This record gives sequence, C-alpha cells and structure tokens, in this order.
Amino acid sequence: MDNATEVNTSQLAYGPTEWDDYDVPPLTTGLSNEKMTMWAFLGSDCLLFAALISTYLLLRNRVGPDTDGSTAAELFDIPFTSVSSFVLLMSSLTMVLAVTSIGRGEIERCKMWLLTTATLGAVFIAGQVYEFTGFYREGLGFTTNISSSAFFTLTGFHGVHVSLGIIMLVTLWSLISRGNIGAERAETVEIIGLYWHFVDIVWIVIFAVVYLIP
Amino acid sequence: MNVITDSHVEGTVEHEDHGLSDLGYIKIALLLAVLTAIEVLTYFVDFGVLEVPSLLILMVVKFQIVISYFMHLKFDSKIFSYLFITGLVLAVVVFAAMATSLVFWTDPAGCDAGRFC
Repeated sequence: MDNATEVNTSQLAYGPTEWDDYDVPPLTTGLSNEKMTMWAFLGSDCLLFAALISTYLLLRNRVGPDTDGSTAAELFDIPFTSVSSFVLLMSSLTMVLAVTSIGRGEIERCKMWLLTTATLGAVFIAGQVYEFTGFYREGLGFTTNISSSAFFTLTGFHGVHVSLGIIMLVTLWSLISRGNIGAERAETVEIIGLYWHFVDIVWIVIFAVVYLIP
Repeated sequence: MNVITDSHVEGTVEHEDHGLSDLGYIKIALLLAVLTAIEVLTYFVDFGVLEVPSLLILMVVKFQIVISYFMHLKFDSKIFSYLFITGLVLAVVVFAAMATSLVFWTDPAGCDAGRFC
C-alpha cells in the first residue's frame, strides 16, 4: 500500500471499512462513501423539514373558510411534551455512548446502549401517539382544519423518522448480536447514530418553534 | 483521547479517536438538559419581549452542541460540515421565502390574516 492510501485511511473516523480489504481508498478525499452519503442525505432532509415547518408556521392560525375547531396550539400540553423532548434528548446521549463503546471494541456495552436508545425512542413515539389521541378526542383530527393538517403532517413526518430510526437500531442490534457487525465495522453504528442525532436536532427546532414560541 | 491502532493496513497507522470521553458526553447531555429546562421555564415565567429571542438562541445553541459533539462535526472532516451546512442554508432560504409571504403576499383586499382566504 502506498503512502497516499495510508494517509487517506488514517482520516477515517473509526477505522477502515470493507473497502480496505481491496486496497481501494473509499474516496479520493479519503473519506467513507457511506458516511458521506448519510451526511448528504441529512443535508437534503433539512429541506424537507424546513418546508414542513414553514408550512405549519404559515397556516397555524388558519382554520379555513368552511371549517371550524381548535388549532393544535390551543391544545398543547407543554409539560408533557417537555418530558418527551427530554427523553429524545437523552436518547442522543445513549446513542453516542453506543458509538464510543463499539469504537473501543466493547460489543456488549454497545448492544445495551443501542437497545436503550431504541427504548427511549419508543417512549417518545408512545408519547406522540398519546398526544395525538388526546387531540383527536378534543375534536382535532388530520382533516379538521388546515392548521391541524399542517401540524399533524409536520409532527407525523418527524414521528415516522423516529420510527424508522428505531427499526434501524433494532436491526443493528440484531446484526451485532449475530456477529455480522463487529468492532471493525464501528462506522456502521456511527452512521446510524448520525441519523438518530438528526431526528433529535429536528425535534429541538420543532419543540422551540412549534410548541414554545407563542 | 484514545488512540486506535489500524491493523488492516500494511505498516501501522495510528489515528486519534474523534470525540470526547464518555464522561465528556454525559456532561454535554447535562448541559443540554439544563438548556431544555430553561426553554420550558419560558412557558411558565413571563420573559416579556425577551421570550422569543431567548427561545431562538437556546434552540440554536442546542442544535450547535448536538451537531458539533454528538454528531462529531467538530472533530470530523470539514467536507461533512460543508455537506450539512449546504442543506441547512438551503433550508433557511426555504424558511425565509415563506417568511416573505407573511409580509409581502397578504391579500390586499383586506383578507383577515387569522383565517384562510
């Protein structure tokens, strides 16, 4: 292996990927293809949520010419949502602990943190279902008015992202348990972690802009 | 900081493990929890004209902390930062375009801004 390849490999965050088995540097930049792709995806996903948040802000006080009912903002339970936000925030901590664990080769500890992260994510989703159910009982459904449609679309899309993240975490846990992913593939855990942290930062924005700012 | 020895390449290449120690991450999480508590406090305590600016600042600070430390952007290649920031800037442009509609695109015929027209 020539010196150029050594330099490229040394820039990887958590060791080599499977590409190194073929003595092929991942990219001419020396960076991992998979990680680069995930960052590009996250950058593009920012646009999706910017569009959804913008739409909600534009429509949040509007109920439509022929419809009635409350807006979602009138039914918010801030203390409850605050607890949900805290749970999701702490899941970012457990996720990063899973990444550092597998980076040190501590497979069992990594599995424990992955399951903890998935559980915290599930608690967040359960809270969202509870919140949506409460809104529905108060007469606020997806089609009640244009404000509620914008609210449910925004928070629903975020909920879908979290749910997909939980599926990825459980799949990752399963792959690690079966020995398909070990410490040498720690970057896989890091990439899933990037996705998980992204849903957390999106919620940071939603919580402030949608729930807290009057 | 931990040092990882890369045994997959000929010769030994050492590189630093990016990021903080576990204790460092726990401290970051505690800081985020405190910032969230301050955010929630604005709901119960009247901050007056400072409420919205303080919420926006807290949001940006929390966002910055998570992407810098938990997502390792502070320690990783700048190319990853450029990729993400490009998306973020475009997202802000989308948001700004929407904001103009609140100011410049209101119905001149006197449509009630609080209702769908």
